[in-house]
Amino acid sequence: MPQVDESGLNAIFERCNMLRQAPVPPELPEGFTQPFGHFPVYFPEELAHAVGLLPTAVLGGGNQLELKHADAHMGSFVCSICRSTAELGLNGSLKSLAGFVTHPICDAAKHLAGIWSRNFPEQPAQILYLPQNVNSSGAVRYIASEYQRLRHQLENMAGREATDDDLKRSIRIYNENRRLLRELYALRRDEPWKVSCSESYLLLRARTRMACEQHSEMLREALAALRAREMPAQDKPRVIFLGGFCEQPPLEMLETIDDTCYVVDDDLLIGLRWLTEDVPETGDPVWALAESFVERSAASPVQHDARKPKEGYLMDMLRDSRADAALLTAAKFCEPGLDEQVAWSKHLDQENIHALVLEFEEKSTSFEQMAMQLETFAESLLFSIA
Amino acid sequence: MTTNTATTQDGASDFDARVDGQRLMKAWYAGLDDANARGAHVANVFVMGNAVEILRAFDFELVFPEINSLQTGVRKASEEYIRLSEDYGMSPDVCSYVKADVGLILKEQKHPAGQIPKADIAIASNMCSTFIKWAEIWERMLGTPAFVLDLPGQRSAGFEVRQGDAQHAADSRWVEAQFRDLIEKCEKLTGKRLDLDKLAEILDRVNKMVAHWNAVMELNRACPAPFNAMLDGLTYIGIMNVYRGTDEGVEYMKNLEASLRARVARGEGRVENERFRLLFSGTPCYVSMRRLVELFESWGGVFVYSDYLTFAAGGMDAGELVYDTSRPLESLAEITTLAAQRGLSNQFFAHERLAKQIREYAVDGIVFHGIKSCRFVSSGMADTRDYLGSRLDAPSLYIESDLIDPRYWSDAQIKNRVDAFFETLERRVGGAPMENQPAAQRRRSLL
Ligand code: SF4
Ligand code: SF4
Repeated sequence: MPQVDESGLNAIFERCNMLRQAPVPPELPEGFTQPFGHFPVYFPEELAHAVGLLPTAVLGGGNQLELKHADAHMGSFVCSICRSTAELGLNGSLKSLAGFVTHPICDAAKHLAGIWSRNFPEQPAQILYLPQNVNSSGAVRYIASEYQRLRHQLENMAGREATDDDLKRSIRIYNENRRLLRELYALRRDEPWKVSCSESYLLLRARTRMACEQHSEMLREALAALRAREMPAQDKPRVIFLGGFCEQPPLEMLETIDDTCYVVDDDLLIGLRWLTEDVPETGDPVWALAESFVERSAASPVQHDARKPKEGYLMDMLRDSRADAALLTAAKFCEPGLDEQVAWSKHLDQENIHALVLEFEEKSTSFEQMAMQLETFAESLLFSIA
Repeated sequence: MTTNTATTQDGASDFDARVDGQRLMKAWYAGLDDANARGAHVANVFVMGNAVEILRAFDFELVFPEINSLQTGVRKASEEYIRLSEDYGMSPDVCSYVKADVGLILKEQKHPAGQIPKADIAIASNMCSTFIKWAEIWERMLGTPAFVLDLPGQRSAGFEVRQGDAQHAADSRWVEAQFRDLIEKCEKLTGKRLDLDKLAEILDRVNKMVAHWNAVMELNRACPAPFNAMLDGLTYIGIMNVYRGTDEGVEYMKNLEASLRARVARGEGRVENERFRLLFSGTPCYVSMRRLVELFESWGGVFVYSDYLTFAAGGMDAGELVYDTSRPLESLAEITTLAAQRGLSNQFFAHERLAKQIREYAVDGIVFHGIKSCRFVSSGMADTRDYLGSRLDAPSLYIESDLIDPRYWSDAQIKNRVDAFFETLERRVGGAPMENQPAAQRRRSLL
């Protein structure tokens, strides 16, 4: 693998940033016939990948999209990612998708399937009812039957069968990608001065607009270059960022945070890192994916799991990343996020751990006030941990 | 206008739907008031997707937190509870039912209707995602263990599942597995074994209630409609939930059907001069309930159906939903699954149900009531309205307030919109008053 230097790294970031702003993958890699859209949080991308449909996370319109149609279809009290996703559908930006899957993460997200069916009946849309009760012994069996159903639908869409071997191949490709992403996050945790939160985010998010195998290649190059970076550690507090599991904060917001803090862990696009270990590459691949959802998975405010109380994983994240404090963010009008934010901040209060509570919208463009808040927060943190 | 209750004393002995309903609700609250002191086991449940039949088989006292929250609205006390929770830190943008309930916890469970007992377990389905967040709040603030009942819902538009097909079998198997877990938990909590015969009796009573309920709904297809689906319907929903599977519930529903049947036979309508048959989509505004109804009835408009009557009463009116009491547990899982798909989660594809109800109830217009803080009913409403308007040429009105937060009720604005809507309707279905001739009788239906 050729070593990439700093300018090569910058070129990678630029490419990632261009991809970030594209509503669908700008090009179809060889072996893929059409992009297939899925809404946050988690989607078993391997199932689409195996039939040559390019998994494409539909992540709203960011802060460059003007809403012209969505207002007539979704109330102003709905979170921005849902409204701008509807806009992208209505303005034709998502026309190329073979289909669209949303999830029971919240009621606004579920309604997107109805909006799709009423406005784009030619583009099959569905809710993939991933279970909110993963603690029942029947959960894996149920998920496996849902995945089988989806597998057949995807096969029909692609006009191609996904054999078990195809699926195992996709699982291997994704396992490799998951390993690389774990390395990226380990680097941030161990040497956060080498890779900022916004850089890591750009690298991660690029997977939503390219084939997984291409993404791994890019990630490998980037990781080597990042590790080789010679940058001095700065006097910045170590924080974790929470609240990026669904609607995405603007890149400028992450850059503003980078200015004053080292973000040593986060839940940004957690669905792309949902499976925390390798999916077994032997045995029934559908079962392996279903079982991994239950047994080897991350946590979020929109997934109930009695084994992972929300305060519990917050504390684990703080401990494992050796963070001094937490940035507790929530997207405006995001019911689950806002509910969690209250619980988390109360808990950290009790535990005497510093936290900054922030609300964001994907469409925000001004961060001066947030920058001031962050500066004050960072200063007081440095003072208290000195 | 005739009486302002749906039923007067008639055919069914001296039954009065409103008075008897209130009496039963009072009795339920009284039972809750001393539940903890009596050492009764208590469960929190929601109106959409619960396991009431199982819980009843274990003699749990049932708390319906949604009903508690709406009752703070009816009793004009909701603002105090909501403000308390906002002071505690809850966002202005989240479900006001949850906020009223957090206020209740902060007031140590003191409700205007009495003391609400602490629950031993909470059953939260995924039908409204907020249920799960709400149950997590109880876990934290009260230490109540949450059991999430995951019901595989309607996956897509046109999703047709029939009893016994492969999809239904897979979905029911999943629900049954969870019911078995729940039963184990209940057995541990109560120290009792599940009595399958008792469960079968409860299912049988639910079957009877549902049969009456379906007949009640159907009676409102008559012109003039015998009850107001929004106002009177709320009392009926309350009984369907709180007394589900009980003798009192069966008795009430039986009497209700008989009394409404008698009304229809006499040609009595909810409003004296029914002019417009309306469909109400969404949840009501409990703090201004009577006012809201009055705004419509003063124009001779009656709500003949509301989707609220379906999803807030458990979704059992979607046909074919009868328990087989010879295999109680399996059948409970099968029917619960179908009800979740046809009567609850079909809210996300609301146009399908509304199009059907417009036809069946000979509806002249639809009133959409958007609740900012309830994304379950409201997120797809504007789009549904747009769809029904453009595809079915269905006239509609959109108003917005809240379930129980009085700060969102804007009387003058709502009145203006309602009046303008009726003026349009008048132009459309004929201007002059119709001397006891319902609009829909002349122009059978929108469809
Ligand atoms: S941002 Fe929150 S409310 Fe919006 S779709 Fe995501 S989880 Fe739902
Ligand atoms: S969001 Fe709506 S359906 Fe859900 S709990 Fe609140 S009021 Fe009920």
